[in-house]
Amino acid sequence: MMQQVSAQNLTKIFGEGDTEVIALKDASLDVEAGEVVALMGPSGSGKTTLLRAISLIDPPTSGKIEIAGETIFEGKRVLIDDRLLRRQRMGIIFQSYNLIPFLTVVENVALVLTLNGVSNRESLNRARALLERLELGHRADIYPATLSGGEQQRVAVARAVVNDPVVILADEPTAALDSERGKAVMDLLRQLGHEKRAAVIVVTHDERMVEGFDRIYHLNDGILTVEHLNSKEKNENGHSAME
Amino acid sequence: MNLALHDVEYRLGRFILTAVGLGLLLTTVMAMNGIYAGMVEDALSIVRAPKVDLWVVQKDTNGPFAESSRVPEDLYRNILTVSGVSEASPVAYQLLQIEHQEKILRLQVIGYRLGGLGGPPAIAAGRPILKNRYEMVVDRKAGVSLGTQFKFGRITLEVVGLTEGVVSNSGDSAAFITLEDAQELQFLKSNEAIRNDRVRLQSDLSENPQLAGVSAEDLSSLLQSSHIANVILVRLESWANAEEVAKNIARWTHYNVLTSQQQEDFLAKNVIERARQQILLFRIILLVVAAVIIALIIYTMTLEKTRDIATLKIIGAPNSKIVGLILQQSLILGFLGFVFGTIIISLTYEYFPRRLVLLVSDQIMVFGIVIGICIAASGIGIHKALSIDATTAMAG
Repeated sequence: MMQQVSAQNLTKIFGEGDTEVIALKDASLDVEAGEVVALMGPSGSGKTTLLRAISLIDPPTSGKIEIAGETIFEGKRVLIDDRLLRRQRMGIIFQSYNLIPFLTVVENVALVLTLNGVSNRESLNRARALLERLELGHRADIYPATLSGGEQQRVAVARAVVNDPVVILADEPTAALDSERGKAVMDLLRQLGHEKRAAVIVVTHDERMVEGFDRIYHLNDGILTVEHLNSKEKNENGHSAME
Repeated sequence: MNLALHDVEYRLGRFILTAVGLGLLLTTVMAMNGIYAGMVEDALSIVRAPKVDLWVVQKDTNGPFAESSRVPEDLYRNILTVSGVSEASPVAYQLLQIEHQEKILRLQVIGYRLGGLGGPPAIAAGRPILKNRYEMVVDRKAGVSLGTQFKFGRITLEVVGLTEGVVSNSGDSAAFITLEDAQELQFLKSNEAIRNDRVRLQSDLSENPQLAGVSAEDLSSLLQSSHIANVILVRLESWANAEEVAKNIARWTHYNVLTSQQQEDFLAKNVIERARQQILLFRIILLVVAAVIIALIIYTMTLEKTRDIATLKIIGAPNSKIVGLILQQSLILGFLGFVFGTIIISLTYEYFPRRLVLLVSDQIMVFGIVIGICIAASGIGIHKALSIDATTAMAG
């Protein structure tokens, strides 16, 4: 299977000298197309730092990252336009939805397509079709502020998958939702990830949501370990354990 | 997908209110432009109204508006003999202040010879002056109705007609009367003054043994002459060269001769120069204030969108999209402010105490400056937007 995301020996250091903090220590993970993995750990363990590093929002201090076989970061150098990478090959879901308040639901979803050069009309048509599929068609032309939290997060999921990304990164997508709505969003994310053959990495600290993940990565003090849900085998850095 | 327009649409009420506020500020800039243009137009109207080519004034003066000037009334006869002169007429100018309907009314009184140059340009109501004495034509702006009688000193004048568009350089309405009436108002002394002068003259005569037998009463009638004007207006033949004729008149009559262009330049550059500079400074201050306000508005609007801009960065929006959002909003704000300002000034300019002249060229200039200010002001917002850390969007 092709590795959609391959991160090797990622280290992230904030500050220097006396104020130096090591947020990630030689963290490695591989996620294949269609796989849905969880990234768990206590607050401040480096989960979001790892997501930011993989998406180049805040690149790592060292290591190597490949997306769909292309090296985007190696050593200390970013090898690609990070915004281009995110708008063309990534979908990102936030804890607090982050829908653009002055765009309607359908415009929020279509925005990613228009940023990729798709015409306005086609973007809106595709966005509307996706919203219909997610049973949000009747909410397409209203502003996000009038939606419930669960609906807003489903719209955010639609925005993340509308451009058929190879990687979907979700940062605590269920944190602001009750368990029922949270489960619905997770199910949707898993379903779309499998369907679009995207590698899905979900940061969560919600133990109730672990069901259905292919693997769970644990982060503690910047050190990444992997848990194979079937074997319950744990192996530091997870790399060999996935083979 | 135009993010700026969508944001404007979403916050339409607030955006419109902000634009109206900016529009009011721009209204004051436009009013200042209008006041300046009106001041120039007013100042020049009194020079342009008689449609003459030359102004013959007292030697070494630039009268009658920039400096006082006195010339003999009959000087016009000499001037008529100069080659190239078609018409010449004496005219007297005087600023008078009277009380009318419990208000102070200031009038630029212009005395002219009936049938000569310097009369009212057109009659808007009533009739022109037909009698040699005691009639008056007033500019409509003075708010005086036909038949009104004004008492000036020893004479009473009746308003028989109304004219339009002639005011003094300070914006006071023009009032046309005959030269005889103007001379009496301006040059004829009161009875008390004549008596005092006569006593003073008699005293001087008695001190001179050679003039001891001369009566002051006989002499004073000779010395009391009111046949004076402030200027001789000259209209030239179509073939005549104004500067050459001016030189000839100056050489033969020993008076100063100004072309109409020179007279306009004196008024525009000397008489209203200080006011012009004052207004220019005021306009600059207002534009600086407008720039600061636009910059603050754009900066605040950018701050409000910090999280949205961070989200745009995370979903991969290029900087050009973010710059476009800020810049276009700034331009829309400036454009709407300009439109509102233009509407407000168009609806209110007639109610200003001084005449406002709104020139298309001034409006184009204001529009250009506003757009320039908007682009410059949006720079602060753009700088802020581009410096927003994308990770802001990932905060819980």
